[in-house]
Amino acid sequence: MSEALLTGRGVETFYGKIQALRGIDFDVRKGEIATLIGSNGAGKSTLMMTIFGTPRARSGTITFEGKDITKLPSHQIARLGIAQSPEGRRIFPRMTVLENLQMGATVNDMAFFEEDVAKIYKLFPILEKRHTQRAGTLSGGEQQMLAIGRALMARPKLLLLDEPSLGLAPIIVRSIFSAIKELNEKEGLTVFLVEQNAFHALKLAHRAYVMVNGKITMTGTGKELLARPEVRAAYLEGGH
Amino acid sequence: MVAAPKDTSFSQEANKLDTPALIKDLIGTAVITFLILTPIVAYETIMNQGTLLIESRWGWVFLFTAITVVGRLLLHLFVWQRAPSPKTASAAPSKGESAAGASFRKNFNTILFVFALLLPFILYFIPGWDKRGIDFAITILIYIMLAWGLNIVVGLAGLLDLGYVAFYAVGAYAYALLTTVYLPHWFGEGVVPWAFYIVLPIAGALAALWGVILGFPVLRLRGDYLAIVTLAFGEIIRLVLINWFWFTNGPQGINVPKITFFGLPFNASDEGFAAFFGIAHDRIYSYFYLYYVILALALLTFIATNRLRRLPIGRAWEALREDEIACRSLGINTTNTKLTAFAIGAMFGGFAGSFFAARQGFVSPESFVFIESALILAIVVLGGLGSQIGIVFAAIAIIGAFEVFREMGFLSYILPEGVEPVQFRMLAVGLAMVLMMRWRPRGFVTRRDPTVFLKEKKSVSADLVSQGHG
Repeated sequence: MSEALLTGRGVETFYGKIQALRGIDFDVRKGEIATLIGSNGAGKSTLMMTIFGTPRARSGTITFEGKDITKLPSHQIARLGIAQSPEGRRIFPRMTVLENLQMGATVNDMAFFEEDVAKIYKLFPILEKRHTQRAGTLSGGEQQMLAIGRALMARPKLLLLDEPSLGLAPIIVRSIFSAIKELNEKEGLTVFLVEQNAFHALKLAHRAYVMVNGKITMTGTGKELLARPEVRAAYLEGGH
Repeated sequence: MVAAPKDTSFSQEANKLDTPALIKDLIGTAVITFLILTPIVAYETIMNQGTLLIESRWGWVFLFTAITVVGRLLLHLFVWQRAPSPKTASAAPSKGESAAGASFRKNFNTILFVFALLLPFILYFIPGWDKRGIDFAITILIYIMLAWGLNIVVGLAGLLDLGYVAFYAVGAYAYALLTTVYLPHWFGEGVVPWAFYIVLPIAGALAALWGVILGFPVLRLRGDYLAIVTLAFGEIIRLVLINWFWFTNGPQGINVPKITFFGLPFNASDEGFAAFFGIAHDRIYSYFYLYYVILALALLTFIATNRLRRLPIGRAWEALREDEIACRSLGINTTNTKLTAFAIGAMFGGFAGSFFAARQGFVSPESFVFIESALILAIVVLGGLGSQIGIVFAAIAIIGAFEVFREMGFLSYILPEGVEPVQFRMLAVGLAMVLMMRWRPRGFVTRRDPTVFLKEKKSVSADLVSQGHG
């Protein structure tokens, strides 16, 4: 794999006095799927949000394509080419599916709108059937597809996915993960995936991090981590 | 598959019930009814102490004609509607509404617009309702305009503003002070008859500026907190107007010149409107003129809002209402988005305020109390947040109800001594709001028109998604 697209060094984030991230180092290289797994409250989503500047890291640096983005406002970070499908999806419920996709194209001023909408409908055909429907009336899986589709409308260099499998039926989870894989393999999209569903995420990932209490405790390729007994014990046995 | 172009992405397919034919038919109906009614209704003979007098009753003729036309229109829309084409029929169930409903909605704005254009003439021919009726219509239109302005802030951007009346006050005082003090001082007295037209844009700009000034401190606030701060802002503006005596003349208010017809005042003087056109002076002309000015201003608000909704900024407002964090992660500058919503909403409030001052000929802090803000907000909520047509009916219902209470003098026979029916008006509005929250919690009109869709075979028929313009 080539040079690092996104790097974090010593990232520390606080909510008031509570420290959520305790000096995180990570790299996401161009063209790979990196994943971050960990249990509830480990700080995974906080790291996602910190990359986007809300909340801001109190110390440490985050760089994207060699540029320090630690202190940039969120909307400017988005304009650099990072798109996010946030935790809990956060689609616009009273707007239609198509309007949601339109909002995703804000950063490139809708320059490739038609083309990209067609691409996303090909990736998630169900969205095409629903395109005049209010997004709030979609099922959970469809909403997740919409959230990913909306993020893709920005033609990002890096896609951040925060728990895309949350609350979804296994069959939908599988189809979403296969879409992520397809995007990575066919389009060379770099993906940073945060998951509790460790098994699926590790199978997919070229690089994986395990986070416990705001610290990275293990690093390796997805397959390596899948084979480690402590990972199996903590995140895989009995679950999912 | 063809996607819609950037902004104006709505196609205009042929309407099922085509509008020109409909209008032709309605005009025909009106003419025939009018001709039939003229000999039957228009003249009445009265015996008056042995002499036979003829009285004209044109008001009735126009009223009956209007009833006939409206009746025929309703028949067209609901009874004589052709069977929907297969395409629409297959698409309709997915939207959960009938084709007739869609074409009605499409024509509805046009109908409403034509009605608004003709209204003063209809009122003019109803005896006893000419001046009062038009004046009342003007009041309603002011509230419609204010509610449309507030709708941008509350309905589209989702920022609960309880101090909207402050911008109305800024507009009104901008007109009052510029017209009575500053414009004559800077440019001489000759400019005063033109003042309204000069001040209107300035008032809008000043109100927008105050919108931004309010916007800055509240950028990080949402919901309840935002509501409290905006409420305080509205009160601060009013208290400043009361207490800044040398500048605003305090609670005594300011007498200001009334609106002119492009420099021609509506009075009996030789330079007046009537003298200029060689007609007899009648105060009714000024009512007519005021009506059309506020109608034009309100339409400006309507059209501007509709256009803005389709532009990136308007979409950003709606997205902001839905989810601020998602907006930021999509690259939307939420600061600018909020400030423009405040500024543009305030600007229309400023226009309305300026008009209000030019119509009343007097401004005082009395007119800009909190209850006005609450009333405007009630209209927006009752109409359905974000729905412009809903607001029209909500304004008519609320302001109309107020007027009805004023008319109910007869109730004083059954009410105890010293109790006026007028005193119950807020009570009735409150009750109406409670009932509405029970049965229509999202307001009169809950439909939201999408601003974009794809024009391709499988998509829902354009009738169902495009927005008709009025």
